[in-house]
Amino acid sequence: MFKLVLKYTKQFKWAAIIAPVLVALEVLFEVSIPRTMTVIIDEGINGAGGVNMDIIYQAGWKMVMYSFAAMLLGAASGILAAMASSGFIRNLRLALYEKIQNFSFANMDKFEVPSLVTRMTKDMRELRMAYLAIIRMLIRAPFQLITSTIMVFTLNAQLGKIFLVAIPVLAIGLYLISHFAHPMFRVLMRKFDRMNASLEENFVGIRVVKTFVRENFEKKKFEDSSLSVRKQQRMAESLVILNNPFFSFVTYACMIAVSWFGGNFIIAGNMTMGEFMSYLSYLRSILFGLMMVSFALMQIIFAQASVDRANEVLNEKIDIEDKGTDPELVPEDGSVEFRNVSFKYTADAHKYALENINLTIKSGEMVGIIGSTGSSKTTLVQLLPRLYDVTEGEVLVGGHDVREYRLDNLRKSVSMVLQKNVLFSGTIEENLKWGDQNATHEEVVEAARCAQAHDFITSFPKGYETDLGQGGVNVSGGQKQRLCIARALLKKPDIIIMDDSTSAVDTETDKKIRTALRERLAGMTTIIIAQRISSIMDADKIVVMNEGKIEDIGTHDELMGRNMVYHDLYETQLKGVSQ
Amino acid sequence: MSESNYREIRRSRANDIPATVKRIFRYLAQYRWLLVIVFFCIIIEALTNVASSYFFTPLINDYILPLAGQKDPDLSGFIGQLVKMGCIYMCGITAAYIYRRIMSIVTTGTLHNMRLDLFSHMQDMPVQFYDTHTHGELMNFYTNDIDAIRPLIGDTLPQMINTIISLVGSMTMMIILSPRLTLITMTLLVLVTSVSVFVGKRSRKYFVKVMRTVSDINGYVEEMLLGQKEVKVFSHEKESVKAFSKFNDETMEASIKSNMFAQSLMPINVNLSYISYAVVAVLGAKACIEGSLELGALASFLLYTRQIAGPVSGLSQQFNGVMMSIAGAERMFEVMDTPTEVDEGKIELVNAMNEEGILVECSQRTGTFAWKDPATGDLTELKGDIRLNDVTFSYVPDKVVLRDVSLYAKPGQKIAFVGSTGAGKTTITNLINRFYDVQEGVITYDGIPVNNIKKSSLRKSLGMVLQDTNLFSGTVMDNIRYGNLEATDEECIAAAKLANADSFINRLPDGYDTMLTANGANLSQGQRQLLNIARAAVSNPPVLILDEATSSIDTHTERVIEKGMDKLMQGRTVFVIAHRLSTVRNSNAIMVLEHGQIVERGDHDDLLRQKGRYYKLYTGAAELD
Repeated sequence: MFKLVLKYTKQFKWAAIIAPVLVALEVLFEVSIPRTMTVIIDEGINGAGGVNMDIIYQAGWKMVMYSFAAMLLGAASGILAAMASSGFIRNLRLALYEKIQNFSFANMDKFEVPSLVTRMTKDMRELRMAYLAIIRMLIRAPFQLITSTIMVFTLNAQLGKIFLVAIPVLAIGLYLISHFAHPMFRVLMRKFDRMNASLEENFVGIRVVKTFVRENFEKKKFEDSSLSVRKQQRMAESLVILNNPFFSFVTYACMIAVSWFGGNFIIAGNMTMGEFMSYLSYLRSILFGLMMVSFALMQIIFAQASVDRANEVLNEKIDIEDKGTDPELVPEDGSVEFRNVSFKYTADAHKYALENINLTIKSGEMVGIIGSTGSSKTTLVQLLPRLYDVTEGEVLVGGHDVREYRLDNLRKSVSMVLQKNVLFSGTIEENLKWGDQNATHEEVVEAARCAQAHDFITSFPKGYETDLGQGGVNVSGGQKQRLCIARALLKKPDIIIMDDSTSAVDTETDKKIRTALRERLAGMTTIIIAQRISSIMDADKIVVMNEGKIEDIGTHDELMGRNMVYHDLYETQLKGVSQ
Repeated sequence: MSESNYREIRRSRANDIPATVKRIFRYLAQYRWLLVIVFFCIIIEALTNVASSYFFTPLINDYILPLAGQKDPDLSGFIGQLVKMGCIYMCGITAAYIYRRIMSIVTTGTLHNMRLDLFSHMQDMPVQFYDTHTHGELMNFYTNDIDAIRPLIGDTLPQMINTIISLVGSMTMMIILSPRLTLITMTLLVLVTSVSVFVGKRSRKYFVKVMRTVSDINGYVEEMLLGQKEVKVFSHEKESVKAFSKFNDETMEASIKSNMFAQSLMPINVNLSYISYAVVAVLGAKACIEGSLELGALASFLLYTRQIAGPVSGLSQQFNGVMMSIAGAERMFEVMDTPTEVDEGKIELVNAMNEEGILVECSQRTGTFAWKDPATGDLTELKGDIRLNDVTFSYVPDKVVLRDVSLYAKPGQKIAFVGSTGAGKTTITNLINRFYDVQEGVITYDGIPVNNIKKSSLRKSLGMVLQDTNLFSGTVMDNIRYGNLEATDEECIAAAKLANADSFINRLPDGYDTMLTANGANLSQGQRQLLNIARAAVSNPPVLILDEATSSIDTHTERVIEKGMDKLMQGRTVFVIAHRLSTVRNSNAIMVLEHGQIVERGDHDDLLRQKGRYYKLYTGAAELD
């Protein structure tokens, strides 16, 4: 926690430093007030020279002034603390987001999106609370504790001994309670997580639940997990609720002890009435201060989980480093070469996803990749824009190893339409311009025409200004795919990769897209992964993949002649048409 | 990127506070006896607090001051008074502990009950409800709204009672001690309260703003992270950070402003109470000198002055939280008030057996089912004959999705739907299982209009393999068994073999006992579809609906599982929706849908001969030859 605080307070440093200083001053004034009270009683009322109204008024004024000063200081430190804490969170949140932006695909795969969102919102809220607790409570309370204790000892050292017993007792008690409660709360959090996960699962799969008429089964399941949350909650609470009675017990015990000993001192003439009364006032300050420290510590302990979760993101090692040093180095053309490439997703995976791949693609070629589920087609093409790095061997694009380029140069030249497409809220034009921020409207239209999207876009009442809604909910699956192709084309890349990007587009339109790519963008290398054989049969080169290896490379005619799997696929998909 | 907010801002104010509060109390009602005990305990605790300060008056006046200076003072009265104090304090502590213990039972129990009620209600909601709410919105009810009620019941409620009693008690004692000084304290108390209320009002404005900006950030982050791969592919990291920064800074501004008020409120209130302490001290001292007040009374009075400021400012600080809790509770109750799926159907599905040609109802599973009309007791054998007559349907008024659709599927027939996205294929299946109800026309099942059949019976008789593959946390075996809770392990494995899922399951680390997490994230899309098919197979329904069930399984694997699929479909009425025409070729009838209407129908060969839309679709791929 403290490391994070030091690192991310940055421009709010002054606020973070001044706030506790002001708090300390505030406490000094506050602590002086009961002390001044003593003067009123002992010198004003019971004074040696009889009643002295002047002293009373003077002391009264002093107390009011002290209160005012404390009030101003307290308010100022509150404002500074608000600035420091909110600023700290801003910096930390930005750092998290920037870090995530630099995540590679492999890093992204490790974290789930909802968990990342929680880290940036709910966890931040926890951290802000803990941060406030640190710069206000954790300074204030011990300071209050110490100054009050000093006051108590200067008033009457013998009576002060009561606190030497009370403070450790209270401290140990509070420590024990939180020590045993903390693990219980951790378990509770886990149970909450589990309950929420099962809820989410239910909502996502509600159609399945309804289809199989499993509503009651699900209710029972939820009741069980809710009940286990409840049980854990009660167990954890049963400890925490000891805090308050225990604190009261110590306070009351001290009050009785102070009354007994103090009373005796007064009777014996060793203590004045005024001292006795301010003693009672300090008693609350001291014990209350201790209570506050324990609260603040507890908050920090609770926040530790959030700190860990933030650190997990911040310390995640980004496995694709942008090491390209020459900003001028850009791929010369759209040629591609895989040299003895092997790849596995994680270092400890038993199986290679790709094994010993050798493949050369000339600039401007149209290449089709086909193969069964799990044959690593997608994995293969993801190596080109360095979404993942090879484990062994090397991948060359435009004559250089992909790792020599700066990432933005490489990705500008290699455009990819992902299998699982995402569009963002905003208009169609805004979405297409992801490909190129500075594209003119004409260029956008040209790309849309190429992707056979122009016609349906203009059929919308608002045309290119149509709002897509989050995730592109306002267009159909096939339309979405075509928009994504247009977006990728707008980049004017040397290489375009389409990973099953036309699966929802009808065959006729699919063909039109390929024709447009061939005719209008002749120099561009096109790599198409497809399920439908018709999407790739006219390619210059077809790669047949099987279980992470290239099984065969050839043209349609060659493969029909010699590759059984390919032949089979063709037969099943196109049989009966020629009749 | 558009400037609009990403998410509809959640209402932060409740509309009808009294009604909502009443409803929360209804939940508390089942604990009423426990709450009575709590109430008494709080009274005891509060009174102890009041008494604890008052004790100093007699202590000082009667036992300390008179003895001061005596050589051999008689301390027995003094000790007695202290013992009395100790006993009363112990009562207070015990009461405080007991009521907290009980409140823990009450709050956790109430939250549990609310969660259950809400969840049960949601399970009975129509699919439409889930179509119009995002999962995030639904989750919010559980993670935010119900949680927000917790402090309301557990903390605020007891504290309110405590404050009122303490306030009334302290005030009474203060008036007894010195009416004049009480007036002064009261004035300052009003000041403290009005400062709190004023600051609270100012901060509430920013508070609402904080909530809004945080929900903006939430929406933005979620959308961007879901599309993170896109961001990478398009090297959009800088733009994305820039846009995020804007939201982030807005949040900070709002957060600073709202916290500024909240954080400075505490010291202001505390020190206002010190001022009142000072004023009371001076005036009290004057009164002591004049003889109208005893020193002991002043000591007690000063303690009261400090004591009453705390709870009042504490309560006022909770005001924002309380308002939020109530708004959350109201949202939750609103959901609970939304009507659930209506089910006016009476006809049930029962086990039956054939005794010499006559259908008889029986309790054990026979493999034969019958529709039973409970009114007449008539049994109709379940065969799987489904007909649509002139069905017209729209999800939203004026946007017709299906128009005058008529078709029939005789028992054992395979009917396929073909057409572009949005043509209405999935809608037809949504109507057959009554996720939605037809607006015009009628759908019959074995001659019975589906509206007359109990929904649970209807859905049990239909097996569905949906486009989205949803699996649940649990083992592979649990997931297959979801189709039929009574299925044995052997039956589940047989179903997996049928769906050709057995081989990949055996390759998983723990085979059928492998735990699936987060919707089967550790499986490929194709493997998930195979499990879905197995799940439907184990439920063994007379009618099967396959909605793009094999879309992510490549044609090669599809051919491998074809035999299993054929076996699965054997003897059942099957509706198939598929994009890939190879999947539907051997259907008894293929319906080509276009804009909600059937434009062509017939078997594969018929349709090819017609040389219409289907022919075009089919040969669109073939004309390259």
